Amino acid sequence: MKAITVIGARLLQTAFVLLAVITILFFMFRLMPGSPLAAYIDPNFTPEQQAELMARFGLDQPLWRQYLIYLGNLLQGDLGESFFYRQPVAERVLALLPNTLILTFSSLIIAYVFGVLAGAYLAWKRGSVVEQICVPLVLTTRAMPEFWLGMLLLAVFSFGMGWFPAGGTRPPGAEYDSLWALYSSADFWWHMTLPVMTLAIYSQGLPLLLMRSNMMDVMREDFVTMARIKGLSTFSVVIRHAARNALLPVMTSFAIAVGYQIQGNVVVETVFSWPGLGRELVRAVSTADYPLAQGAFLMIAVVVILMNLVADLLYAALDPRVTHE
Amino acid sequence: MSDAVTSKIRAPGRIARLRRTLGSIRLPLHDPLAVIGLCIYLFFILMAVFAPLIAPHDPNEILFTSEFALAADLTPGTDGYILGTTTLGRDIFSQIVWGARSALLIGLTAAFVVALIGSIVGIVAGYFGGWADTVLMRLADVAFGIPFLPFVIVLAAFLEPSIWNVVIAMALVLWRDTGRVIRSQTLTLRNRAYVEAARVAGSSDLKIILRHIAPNVLPLSFLYGSIAIGWAILTEASISFLGFGDPDSISWGYMLQDAFASQALSKGSYYWFVPPGFLIILIVSAGFFISRGYEQILFPKLDR
Repeated sequence: MKAITVIGARLLQTAFVLLAVITILFFMFRLMPGSPLAAYIDPNFTPEQQAELMARFGLDQPLWRQYLIYLGNLLQGDLGESFFYRQPVAERVLALLPNTLILTFSSLIIAYVFGVLAGAYLAWKRGSVVEQICVPLVLTTRAMPEFWLGMLLLAVFSFGMGWFPAGGTRPPGAEYDSLWALYSSADFWWHMTLPVMTLAIYSQGLPLLLMRSNMMDVMREDFVTMARIKGLSTFSVVIRHAARNALLPVMTSFAIAVGYQIQGNVVVETVFSWPGLGRELVRAVSTADYPLAQGAFLMIAVVVILMNLVADLLYAALDPRVTHE
Repeated sequence: MSDAVTSKIRAPGRIARLRRTLGSIRLPLHDPLAVIGLCIYLFFILMAVFAPLIAPHDPNEILFTSEFALAADLTPGTDGYILGTTTLGRDIFSQIVWGARSALLIGLTAAFVVALIGSIVGIVAGYFGGWADTVLMRLADVAFGIPFLPFVIVLAAFLEPSIWNVVIAMALVLWRDTGRVIRSQTLTLRNRAYVEAARVAGSSDLKIILRHIAPNVLPLSFLYGSIAIGWAILTEASISFLGFGDPDSISWGYMLQDAFASQALSKGSYYWFVPPGFLIILIVSAGFFISRGYEQILFPKLDR
């Protein structure tokens, strides 16, 4: 019963945040300079024709009315129509979402597997020369502009060595029958290698540092000392006793990392011409395609908000010490 | 006469208070990594202040060779250009030097604004509680739901292109982390005996906050501030790289965008795009190193 009220409260909070973000988004885009119909209105239109067009899009209504219409459309999954593609925004955005998610999740999985192992190793080796070199080095990877790392990898491995393609998801002219055929093709993975490497190198710092500091805390706990006294091997103490307990908070941070990564993807997708939500957002904003920009932004925000919710719930579910007043 | 006496009595008190407040801003000089960070900052501050003296050319000046041809894509060392020139014939080294100005300007202002707003929100929410706490923390929830980089992009399109867009966006969104942490710190301070005593002795809320809460919260503000410097510089670089930056100011992000758009990658002009990225890493990690120093002041258990 108590668990249900906790989950209920979290869901309510999430719904509130979502509504607030949608509201901010609506008013930001409505206050943008220039008419929202600039892309539709031909300079040769008579004022009557312009007025009729405004009426058709509901732009002659008061702002609060437009806001309600927007919310109503949103509930029906209608995000408006892209000025540039003349195609429903929802369709376009949903088609790009898988590309972004694949990039995000594959890079984060690599980053977390590496980060957890390396973090546990560094905690075990604390005070050693290796640790004193590696920790500042890891902090340095967190300080890198992601797109610059991408540029560097592109210059070396694509333009320099010619090992990897410079961008996109497939060779020029290649067609696939279905999305599945594309995603399972070797070409796709070959194109994905450099962007995934860029994101993974940038993201491994968080799980690594988190795992390291958790491990150092856990290693001082009584049950670890007990395991040592029992004469268990160092490997057994580190992996089976300490690492298992240090892992929980790292796992909950995965959800938060997905949320952060998906915002940061904007630049990396642009460097590698990766057809994802982030690059689409950049293009839509620079071509003043407001409905599309709004849709892409909303999609990214939804992922961020959902991941915050998942992290909260995971945290509460996995760690029994967390209580809710 | 009595006025003069009281002001004389008060004056040392005020100085002592000032000294106490300044004392809580102690620089983390015990940690070697933090000292390295501070030295890096000193280096960049000198570079920014003396930019006109260090840089051999105006960063926007279009240069010509002695044969009156455009000095485009010269490699380092040619004709005395230390780091070579861009495709449009501008001196890369001069751009690097001038870039320190915008980096420091954006980084320090943004850090100040984020730490200030976050601290005020956190102290007010934690100290007063009640509806103020509820409203501010729900606002923080909303701020956590806003994807930051996309938000800056939209804001940059909405406002005129300017280096201040990044600062505005950070002030609007990134106070959330600082605010939450400082709120929980204030919650533990509020119930301490000396705060209780000050309240019983009739101190006003404002006085308690300024004398007893704020000085204890300051190192945390500095911790988050020194991280925010890095965030601001990285964000400005990303925004400039995406083409939403200020076209009139030279920043390292702008240089990278210029290099990327001018095919520097396929030409292999490493001397053009490696140095700006390297300097960004240097200044941002300096902030991280300093923040670790503050962490050890705040949470001494990490200091083994």
